[in-house]
Amino acid sequence: MRHYLPIGVYYIILLFFAVAFLIPIVVMLATSLKSNELQVMNDMASIRAFWAPHPSLANYWSVLSGQGMGSTPWVRFLFNTVVIVGSIVALGVLVNSMAAFALARLRFPGRAFLVSFVVALIIIPFEGLAVPLLLMVNRFGWFDSYYVQIIPFIAHPFSIYLFYQFFNKIPKELNEAARVDGASWWQIYRKLIIPLSHPVIATVAILQSLEYWNSFLWPLMVTQGPEVRPLSVAMSTFFGQPPRNWGDVMAFAFLTSLPLLIVYFIFQRWFIQSIVQSGLKG
Amino acid sequence: MSTKHFLGNESTAAWAFLAPALILLLVFLITPFIMSLVLSFTSQRLVSPLPTKIIGLRNYIRLFGDGGFWQALRNNFLFAVVVVPLQSALALFLAILVNKRIPQIKIFRSLYFMPVVIPMVVVCVIWYFLLMYPEGLLNTLIQGATFKHIGPLDWLGNRSLALPTIILISIWQGVGFQMIIYLAGLQEISAELYEAARIDGANLWQQFRYITMPGLRNTHIFVLVTTTILAFKLFTQVEVLTQGGPLGATNTLVRYIYVAGYRELKVGYASAASVVFVLIVLMISIIQRRIFVEEHEVE
Repeated sequence: MRHYLPIGVYYIILLFFAVAFLIPIVVMLATSLKSNELQVMNDMASIRAFWAPHPSLANYWSVLSGQGMGSTPWVRFLFNTVVIVGSIVALGVLVNSMAAFALARLRFPGRAFLVSFVVALIIIPFEGLAVPLLLMVNRFGWFDSYYVQIIPFIAHPFSIYLFYQFFNKIPKELNEAARVDGASWWQIYRKLIIPLSHPVIATVAILQSLEYWNSFLWPLMVTQGPEVRPLSVAMSTFFGQPPRNWGDVMAFAFLTSLPLLIVYFIFQRWFIQSIVQSGLKG
Repeated sequence: MSTKHFLGNESTAAWAFLAPALILLLVFLITPFIMSLVLSFTSQRLVSPLPTKIIGLRNYIRLFGDGGFWQALRNNFLFAVVVVPLQSALALFLAILVNKRIPQIKIFRSLYFMPVVIPMVVVCVIWYFLLMYPEGLLNTLIQGATFKHIGPLDWLGNRSLALPTIILISIWQGVGFQMIIYLAGLQEISAELYEAARIDGANLWQQFRYITMPGLRNTHIFVLVTTTILAFKLFTQVEVLTQGGPLGATNTLVRYIYVAGYRELKVGYASAASVVFVLIVLMISIIQRRIFVEEHEVE
């Protein structure tokens, strides 16, 4: 498109939205660096909310050492989230890509039905299954554990579908050639298909990470203590606990946003690519 | 060579590859789905000394007779009706803005997307701070801009303001996602179309109306449907910011299910609400597929 607006006006509009997206993040950071709660309160309504004239890391030390969190340090919750999300993503990539491999690359009776079945499952919302699932894991005696937060989420119809679409586009002749050379199906999957599939693996891993890093309803129901509680629930508990110390809350909030922000800025291109993929397949 | 013989049978191999996923889906997706249907006709509780009884339609009758349920459902519809057009329009606007090839545009693209990677709970905490009544930053800004004619406003405590406030926060966090989807859609429209239109003397609005909009048809459908479904799944924001209040003004269907099933341990009753919830989401998806098919037939 040609320039219909003077370029300066264009940048002003761009800057306006940039400020709108940045204000809350800057305020969070500035508040987290104020060790004096009285100062936080005095500054909150003015321009001083945007910076900390005497930055102090005191709030970070208190959050990292677990003061006010039943002496559970923040790192414990990070560890929990990383274990949970990491396991879901790693096992999910394996299990879902194996299923998709069968659906896309092998011929067997019932294949077409299974493909449409998996596609149909995509639309079932987890929120509608949470209560019966709660009853079920309660019977299993699975409360307050890592696996109750991992195992139900490994198999993921949408991820199977993304893998399926990708595998379908790899030329079928590759299968035949490898079979003639005496390769087993596992070898074809492992040595031929997977090495060609890094883009779709990245897409699935990123979409799953975003989804489960944010997961809130389920861990809220199945975790009781801090031992296996993820960051999202810990953040909300810490926020809801009186007396609320905004400096500490904002330090906790900033630390909690940091891991994904860092990953996002390093792998930005992949993030964007994944979102686009999810949209094209809808 | 023995492995080749063992896995040589293509069918056997296929089922072996499928088994882990199918078993997990059967146990954790299909079983709870069927359970919710069955449990909705029972008096099942999460923990109870009393035996579970089949009570027919009583859960549904109580559900449809409960004003709180209708209020939550109404809030979901209100949320969807406002969020879907607003967020899509803003996302499209931002996508058009950042689609321009000018210096440093990538920085703006990254910034606009940034809130998407911030956990929703954190987003709620930050906004709670900005929205505090009466001394929060947003109130100061609005009072300053209107010379104290407006405000201070009790954003989250006022019955008619709380839901719009949650809508704004949700848009702030989510709009970057749809922006990226629209951006990809825009970049698929051939530049030659615009070139040809300009030669024919089409102005900016005509180009947007007759090239951009039709070119984005599938993108629109995708964005509209995913945003609508997300609107019906609304939970985190209302649980963290208002606990559904004040007086249920921001309660949602998912939170209604959560309170009934988890806090009040009424699994049977919550299952009936879950069935209604799943049906609504299924209906939206089916309508989407209809539209999708019709659009393709037109082509």
